[in-house]
Amino acid sequence: MTFPSLAPRALVVRRGRFSLRVRVRTVVVTAVIAAVTAMVAVLALSLGDLPLTPAQVLGALLGVDGGFTATVVREWRLPRVLAAVLFGAALGASGAVFQSLTRNPLASPDVIGLSAGSYVGGLGAIIVLGAGAGSVPVSAGAIVGGLAAAALVYALSYRRGIQGFRLIVVGIGVSAMLQALSTYLLLRAKVEVAMVAAVWGAGSLSAVGWAQFLPAAAFIVLAFAALSAFSGSLTRMELGDDAARALGVRVEGARLGLVVSAVALTAVVTAAAGPIAFVALAAPQIAHRLTRTAGIAILPSAAVGALVLVAADVVAQHAMPTPLPVGLVTVVVGGAYLVWLLIHETRRRA
Amino acid sequence: MTASARLTAEGLTIGYDRRVISENLSVAIPDGSFTVIVGANASGKSTLLRALARLLTPVSGTVRLDGRPLGDYQPKELARVVGLLPQTSIAPDGSTVVDLVARGRYPHQGFLRQWSADDEAAVTQAMEATGTADLAERLVSELSGGQRQRVWIAMALAQQTPILLLDEPTTFLDIAHQIELMELLTDLNAQGRTLVAVLHDLNQAARYGSHLIAVKEGRIVSEGAPDDIVTAAMVEEVFGLRCVVTPDPVSGTPSVSALGRARAARS
Repeated sequence: MTFPSLAPRALVVRRGRFSLRVRVRTVVVTAVIAAVTAMVAVLALSLGDLPLTPAQVLGALLGVDGGFTATVVREWRLPRVLAAVLFGAALGASGAVFQSLTRNPLASPDVIGLSAGSYVGGLGAIIVLGAGAGSVPVSAGAIVGGLAAAALVYALSYRRGIQGFRLIVVGIGVSAMLQALSTYLLLRAKVEVAMVAAVWGAGSLSAVGWAQFLPAAAFIVLAFAALSAFSGSLTRMELGDDAARALGVRVEGARLGLVVSAVALTAVVTAAAGPIAFVALAAPQIAHRLTRTAGIAILPSAAVGALVLVAADVVAQHAMPTPLPVGLVTVVVGGAYLVWLLIHETRRRA
Repeated sequence: MTASARLTAEGLTIGYDRRVISENLSVAIPDGSFTVIVGANASGKSTLLRALARLLTPVSGTVRLDGRPLGDYQPKELARVVGLLPQTSIAPDGSTVVDLVARGRYPHQGFLRQWSADDEAAVTQAMEATGTADLAERLVSELSGGQRQRVWIAMALAQQTPILLLDEPTTFLDIAHQIELMELLTDLNAQGRTLVAVLHDLNQAARYGSHLIAVKEGRIVSEGAPDDIVTAAMVEEVFGLRCVVTPDPVSGTPSVSALGRARAARS
């Protein structure tokens, strides 16, 4: 059912007690991005030392082809590609939450020090406990580190409420301090341990197999479920805290739930694949421009994040003379974007 | 007037950061009234409104709705009875008028029930009542200040609360839009909504309000119908302004003219 009189560009569904309204443009754009992501994923599965056709890839996925091709696709390549998709979605959603909460496009977990906090936490687990990338101690360390960084940034930038730009400036400062701390930790570590940490720290999906992917995926799904419970509150909190409270939103509780879920998303990805910069920063803004939603929407941001990361991983693996960590590709592309955004934001405020 | 009052406050002491703003305030908002809270800057009038809307938790004392303390209400349950137009709200980048007004339906929605026929009807009605229906698909950022304020009021109306609180709704508007807004509020009040507004302009308060609460240094100095309480003595006490009060030539309501110098002598 549609109601042209009120919202010509929206689709309304009502079945019994269930009712939903969605913007046509948002649905179409998100679906197209998801479809492109699926195509890039199939491409990623077909590239490598054993080049395959898309038909062979699909055959292996559906279990039609057996043997070596199936092993290559399902055991070697699939976890990495799925990880790129899911981790990208997690980073995009995490960035969307922070940008929406602060109403500032610069406020993403990698800019305001939360990724750096996760990194230090994970690094601590690797160096002190000798844990491997993607293991439970590293994940726990990354989550604790991320939350601690979030609490620190929040406390340092709190002055009669939180103001977006102050939070970002404080976050950049905290981020720099945490990076110095991680460098110090690396220098103090044994060479072999430092090597493991350095490979992890570049942000790479090359070590991700089913054993690393599945626990991370379970956690990400949980965090997404938590986010969806708070997303209605988030939409109202964009109007300002007073307006949201007047609409019956439990602002403090919702903000805590959203921050913890979003930090958890970044931290899980960081634990499994190391810090992957700029996806969380760029994806929500790209999604916002494509869908033209009011404010920042989580689902389209997640879709764009998935596409960006899976595409960046294809580039990192296959388009370079030697395979690179995907974090390096996102840093190079995202760095240029960050410079542009900083200039743009400064001018807007001037 | 012995009107009934759903929204009452008793012995309110309100403060921020251990600084007491108001002490031992008691008020009752008469049902069906257009109550206006007036007072000098920093007299505690917005603070009182925020306490009535549960944006502030009083240090002591209780605000009650239908006899039940506000603190006992679920947030959404309260938001279905008491609405608020805050002093400043933010329209997210890229929001259209209908997007924004639709957000007012939040207290009536749930996880499964996200856009019912009632939501649809309430939003349509709210936009018609505020004359914003023609703007439905426009971006809020493109609207004039007067239009934007009407959209915010439409959002509060879509909430369909019998009681609506407004914190300085005319502050950023020019005189013509201020009057237009006051007329709109008068219509809404005539349709049966109880309104409570904080206003700066005493003449507008006396002209449009049916019940006035004058606040000074966190105390209620005077309360009642404008015709009864707006006197030169009251204005001098509340605002520290010497004045004469004459009937407004249009409405006959009390109108305040400050004493002081007349226009500088012309040559």
